[in-house]
Amino acid sequence: MSVTVLKRNKALTVNPLKTSQPVGATLAFLGLSRAMPLMHGSQGCTAFAKVMFVRHFREPIPLQTTAMDQVSTVMGADDNVVEALKTVFSKNKPQLIGLMTTGLAETQGADIRRAVKQFRELHPEFDDRCVVPVETPDYVGGFESGFALAVKSMVETIVPESNRVGLRQRQVNVLAGAHLTPGDVETLKEMIEAFDLRPVVLPDIADSLDGHLTQDDFTPHTVGGTPLSDIQLMGESIATLVIGRALHGVADALNARTGVPDYRFDHLLGIDAVDNFVTALSLIAERPVPERLRRRRAQLQDAMVDSHFMIGLRRCAVAAEPDQLLALTELLQGIGAEVVAAVAPSRGPALEALQLDEVKIGDLEDLEQAACERHAELLLGNSHLGQSAKRLGLPLQRIGFPLYDLVGGYQRAAVGYRGTRQLLFDLANLMLEHGEHEIAPYRSIYAQKRD
Amino acid sequence: MQPKEIAALLDEPACAHNTKSKSGCARPKPGASAGGCAFDGAQIALLPIADVAHIVHGPIACAGSSWDNRGTRSTGPTLYRIGMTTDLTEQDVIMGRSEKRLFHSIKQAIDSYAPAAVFVYNTCVPALVGDDVEAVCKAAVEKWGVPVVPVDGAGFYGTKNLGNRIAGESMVKHVIGTREPDPLPEGSERPGIKVHDVNLIGEYNIAGELWHVLPLLDELGLRVLCTLSGDARFREVQTMHRAEANMMVCSKAMVNVARKLEQKYGTLWFEGSFYGVRDVSQALRDFARLIGDPDLSARTEQVIAREEAKADALLQPWRERLDGRRALLYTGGVKSWSIISALQDLGLKVVATGTNKSTEEDKARIRELMGPEVKMLDEGSPRALLDTVRDYQADILIAGGRNMYTALKARIPFLDINQEREFGYAGYAGMAELARQLALTIENPIWPALRKPAPWEEVAS
Repeated sequence: MSVTVLKRNKALTVNPLKTSQPVGATLAFLGLSRAMPLMHGSQGCTAFAKVMFVRHFREPIPLQTTAMDQVSTVMGADDNVVEALKTVFSKNKPQLIGLMTTGLAETQGADIRRAVKQFRELHPEFDDRCVVPVETPDYVGGFESGFALAVKSMVETIVPESNRVGLRQRQVNVLAGAHLTPGDVETLKEMIEAFDLRPVVLPDIADSLDGHLTQDDFTPHTVGGTPLSDIQLMGESIATLVIGRALHGVADALNARTGVPDYRFDHLLGIDAVDNFVTALSLIAERPVPERLRRRRAQLQDAMVDSHFMIGLRRCAVAAEPDQLLALTELLQGIGAEVVAAVAPSRGPALEALQLDEVKIGDLEDLEQAACERHAELLLGNSHLGQSAKRLGLPLQRIGFPLYDLVGGYQRAAVGYRGTRQLLFDLANLMLEHGEHEIAPYRSIYAQKRD
Repeated sequence: MQPKEIAALLDEPACAHNTKSKSGCARPKPGASAGGCAFDGAQIALLPIADVAHIVHGPIACAGSSWDNRGTRSTGPTLYRIGMTTDLTEQDVIMGRSEKRLFHSIKQAIDSYAPAAVFVYNTCVPALVGDDVEAVCKAAVEKWGVPVVPVDGAGFYGTKNLGNRIAGESMVKHVIGTREPDPLPEGSERPGIKVHDVNLIGEYNIAGELWHVLPLLDELGLRVLCTLSGDARFREVQTMHRAEANMMVCSKAMVNVARKLEQKYGTLWFEGSFYGVRDVSQALRDFARLIGDPDLSARTEQVIAREEAKADALLQPWRERLDGRRALLYTGGVKSWSIISALQDLGLKVVATGTNKSTEEDKARIRELMGPEVKMLDEGSPRALLDTVRDYQADILIAGGRNMYTALKARIPFLDINQEREFGYAGYAGMAELARQLALTIENPIWPALRKPAPWEEVAS
């Protein structure tokens, strides 16, 4: 079965599902240690993104802007880039700046790589710091592609070309997709560590955005995240694990530079997906699967038995970025539910793998209409779906980005045996809570009751 | 928008620091800037108008990151919460199709949602490629007969403050004065009470806090023709020219609206606040003063006496708990002085306040309230805020949501005072809520628990 991807067919986007490439790229940079993402655009690009991240993670978020104004927009804003890099390096003292363009900068025709060169010539005092440039106009792609572009530029900028595969015998690289939460990445690391392997996760948002109180009261850049030195040594790992199809381009780039063999997984949700992953780990580590994981697998099986009663045959409507859409669809189908409406904000390689008749590139209005027409019983998507759920009177499983009306959404894990089990329980409970199994009372027209 | 039009908006004679270098209008510093853009300002100023379709004309980031994120409430329509954007693609930009997409988008919005009007917010990319948004809006009006209003505040034009003014200017230019007010609803007239028409400008009905105040205005016979823009309807905005008095609520940002309404229609205006017992009373008095109806003045005094006594009784137990607590206030603009008096009413001592976005007049009012030695923070960097909290031994930081997690990371009690918040503090009744929220966090047992080292560390040392 090959899926039909329905293109956007209306002029106006209503209740957008898409965030934007710069937002996706920002998330990627927030997963690096001592980093500061910097958007080349007008102040608002940064302010809006910052507010959204703060609401989602309930954390202070480091994010700066080149603050293009009317003059620099018309006359050229390369000087803004140079000045911003200098200011951020000297004031906030990050080890790394992730420099992203926006729609405004790209429309103007900014050449940030040239601007970075100019910065290097003018400011040799910052030669020990790193700048990762990435072109992420918001009129192309979306959250997922912006994230992937940023990770690709990290690899191309930081990982040296080398031929030292396996020098670090217990080290594996993990390219972690945009659909993973800090909770997901944490779980992922624990699974890898269970095989006595040392994961280098790029980007490691579990270490920077997991929401923990630190001894320092304030740090102007990211706290935690993949250290620069780890990224530089990714060429010495024995294997690379790639989570999400959106990162295949990154995996190709890393493989071409280092020759480290890679193992690619669409996602880590559902028993089959996790089994494949665990098998690969066992192979790479040359270790048997630990007892703890075997037990969790058995627990998941039990949970599938318990929850399929509530979820089986349910008609679901899912709105998510392509990689996550694939993960959720396969999970739901794996427990006997039906995905009757699927909407993605923009194209992504994962869409081709969907075992569905059609998937729509669209917005939450599209999802709401499809859910209504096709009598969906359950919605899955980000917090913006709250309004639709209310109007439709349907339960909503909040998952994705942003989650602003949910505390701790960022730490929920929906990967691995235990993460899958929890998500199944949550879905089952939602259906129980909203279930209308009760039969409406009916009184016979001939009844002799007099009350 | 032409540079000279922007210059005209930046020149605001009703703003006290118009002549000197304007803090709200200074060039942002690359790499060290915070705060929104002109589009942000324009959008938040008008978005609460509930029955309008608000279309953001641009690629996704402008709407994608900002839709449905305000705490403003409506008594009826929820159209304003529907996020709409032309979501421009690369092809639209390169092939010059964005105007066409906008035109069809307006039609789609009208067909699907039957809005009272459509507002079109311009953004950076279409402004840069030269879309004629005003012409498209005009053509749309002719074609479909629904009011379509251009709001030309692209991000790079300037600051959020400028965006507020652009939004206000759009209302003055395109909407206000296009309809006469309705006759008073039947049965609303009460013997002996002459009804006067007023406007509230710059009141956004955050968390529904306007509803704390509105019953009092009703009681006094003050008909609010329009609140710009909390819980407003398009047809209300149209009638704003008929008010006898305007109140600029806590925000200099749309002062150009008040000034222009005075110029064009002779409407007197005053600047006031609904935060704090003293300020609410003052606002009511100012209405009576401007309208010049002695009967209204007398009734106003009665209402104030009654409400203040009520509020006093309500706040007394809270005052005992909050008395002497020290607060650091960091908010943009005028909210600083309006909240100061509210906090003082509760017995708190405001040890320092942010004046980053305040005008000279605001600063003068702050000095009047807090004495000449008040610490004014011009820079709002998280480091500066935390240092000030420490240096001045503040018990709580009161600021916008963006700074919330900075404070919490540093284990400092925090109160959110900006648009995203979920509680309304305006009016006499809002004061009790403010007190409750302050006590809730300041007195919470988590703070000592968070500051205490882990038991095994204690044993070790």
